Amino acid sequence: MTVTEAPARPNAAPEDRYYTYAYLDEQTKRMIRRAILKALAIPGYQVPFGSREMPVPYGWGTGGIQLTAAIIGPEDVYKCIDQGADDTTNAVSIRRFFATVADVATTEDTSEATIIQSRHRIPEQPLADGQIMVFQVPQPEPLRGLEPRETETRAMHAYAEYGLQYVSLYENISAYGRIAATAGYPVMIDERYLMSPSPIPKFDNPKMHMNPAILLFGAGREKRIYAVPPFTRVRSLDFEDYPFETQSWDEVCALCGANDSYLDEVVLDDKGQHMFVCSDSHYCADRREKGHAGPMAGHALAHIETEIAAEEV
Amino acid sequence: MAYVAVKGGERAITNAHTWLGEVRRGDTSVPELSVAQIREQMSLAVDRVMAEGSCYDPDLAALAIKQARGDLPEAIFLLRAYRTTLPRFGATTPIETANMAVQRRVSAAFKDIPGGQVLGPTFDYTHRLLDFKLAAEGGHEVPPAQVSEEIMPTQLATIAQVFAHEGLLEGDPVTDTSEQPYDLTREPMAFPADRDQRLQALARGDEGFLLSLAYSSQRGWGSTHPLCGEIRMGEVSVGFTPDELGFEIELADLPMTECIMLSGFAGSAEQAPQYTRGYGLTFGHNERKAMSMSIVDRALRGRELGEEGQAPCQDEEFVLYHSDVVEASGFVQHLKLPHYVDFQADLQFLRRLRREFFDAKAKALAEQTAHMKEAAE
Repeated sequence: MTVTEAPARPNAAPEDRYYTYAYLDEQTKRMIRRAILKALAIPGYQVPFGSREMPVPYGWGTGGIQLTAAIIGPEDVYKCIDQGADDTTNAVSIRRFFATVADVATTEDTSEATIIQSRHRIPEQPLADGQIMVFQVPQPEPLRGLEPRETETRAMHAYAEYGLQYVSLYENISAYGRIAATAGYPVMIDERYLMSPSPIPKFDNPKMHMNPAILLFGAGREKRIYAVPPFTRVRSLDFEDYPFETQSWDEVCALCGANDSYLDEVVLDDKGQHMFVCSDSHYCADRREKGHAGPMAGHALAHIETEIAAEEV
Repeated sequence: MAYVAVKGGERAITNAHTWLGEVRRGDTSVPELSVAQIREQMSLAVDRVMAEGSCYDPDLAALAIKQARGDLPEAIFLLRAYRTTLPRFGATTPIETANMAVQRRVSAAFKDIPGGQVLGPTFDYTHRLLDFKLAAEGGHEVPPAQVSEEIMPTQLATIAQVFAHEGLLEGDPVTDTSEQPYDLTREPMAFPADRDQRLQALARGDEGFLLSLAYSSQRGWGSTHPLCGEIRMGEVSVGFTPDELGFEIELADLPMTECIMLSGFAGSAEQAPQYTRGYGLTFGHNERKAMSMSIVDRALRGRELGEEGQAPCQDEEFVLYHSDVVEASGFVQHLKLPHYVDFQADLQFLRRLRREFFDAKAKALAEQTAHMKEAAE
């Protein structure tokens, strides 16, 4: 789990590159950086930007890739996860993309990374000052499920008119006895803008509050960028009598024994057998390396992950 | 173990793509298609890829079709992803379709439209019988079409010019050429959308989506009572004025299809009733797309013409946000990506609800049993 050296062409001459450094042309990068600065200046506000067609499909991380492309430099160390794991196919594909077009070192180690691109998770290990977290966002508008029209939702944000959102949470409580949102749970940024944290599980919501890292959110297809600057208040919506709560499990991670991480359920057979393992693959591997062991330590799943990680190096 | 297949490494991706290459090639005892063959013999597919790919380059479009194994939305995506990397050195002067070197031109409004009806190379009036002569490989002679002795006029009057003296049809909207047209490839969609933004979105829009919308309009879901004023297809010259020259030079002649759809009699206290129109324009030869586009364009002019419409084809947010095949295809297919973090969150919630449901049932049953026991005693 150490930093992989930048491959092939460190400081490759421009004429040797098939594309511009980090793929996007400099004008586009500048346009995206302006949008990022605006997003940081107005925490939680969705900044429209001239999203480009990328060589991966919309919905597969085009927003996150454009953000990373606009901020990455040869000195950066890049980590890319999907569902918390470094070895999911789309994360592998995006990591390989930046290793190729940005000659950048890659890592699986959360603390070593300067840029962490993610789909659906915030790593378990707390982020530090100087790190940038880039989220891939399918639907930037937290109110879209309640109001399909962009013209309407923009007006609702402008007037901070979020009554509809609270009514929806109230309806949850009357139907289910609790707030039903489990992932993409709406948050209020600095008590001004309602924001979708991208579909991270609500388990990760408290990690955003007063986080020392920069949190950038990019939605390529919907052409929006938004941000949570370091040390910003992030409040998950709730009611006094129905306070916000995160997920918890009766089980611990079967491989590393962690009882404080987000768990994925792994189906073992068709007879109802299953095990729970950390969704954050690096967190889990790191704990195992340090000697922690869960009830199914040594299970084949652990070996396969190591094998894949070894091959990628 | 099935689960592991979902977590794939670099090797799995590479192998999958190698296999894709093999499947793309197909049976190697059959000769490989060349890009030139696709360009020449699948020209309507090439035209569609160029139109929705927003990039006029028949060779690149043919290459994209070959690479995409004939999947046109995939080919459109390939061409778009290439196009977006190209530097821009300026905008052409607006093309003048009135000066088109017409190969085909039909009007459903006038039998004797000045300049006449020109059928051109069309599927119309062919009998859709499979032609097994085409299945025979090689040696199939294509008889040349007879060349008319009558010379085509260099300019065919447009439907607007035909109507001009009577004012029966609204005039050409004045284009402010000093202003840069809206460019969706550089700016995000914004509402309310002006004509330039709308027409660009429709020109890039998915043919199938626009066709269905136009059809729904015809069937009464926001009808515009369309009448095909004119369709013309042929080559249009494209001019460009480089800053360093200061005068216009001709860059290319591009085949294009244009459709003007007549519709409704808009009139008000101030304005005499007259025909309004919808406009469609595509690269290459694609009448289905140009006609659909013109019907949808007209339907979307409701706000401007003071019509109150609720049908899908009249709703610009609905139409313009959902017409792009690259966006739609990407987002629908992103559901293939793992969602097990969200799924786990959902599953946990669902299990809790079910537990509560069954607990409540069990409790109710126990109470009922106790009650019955009491009654029996």
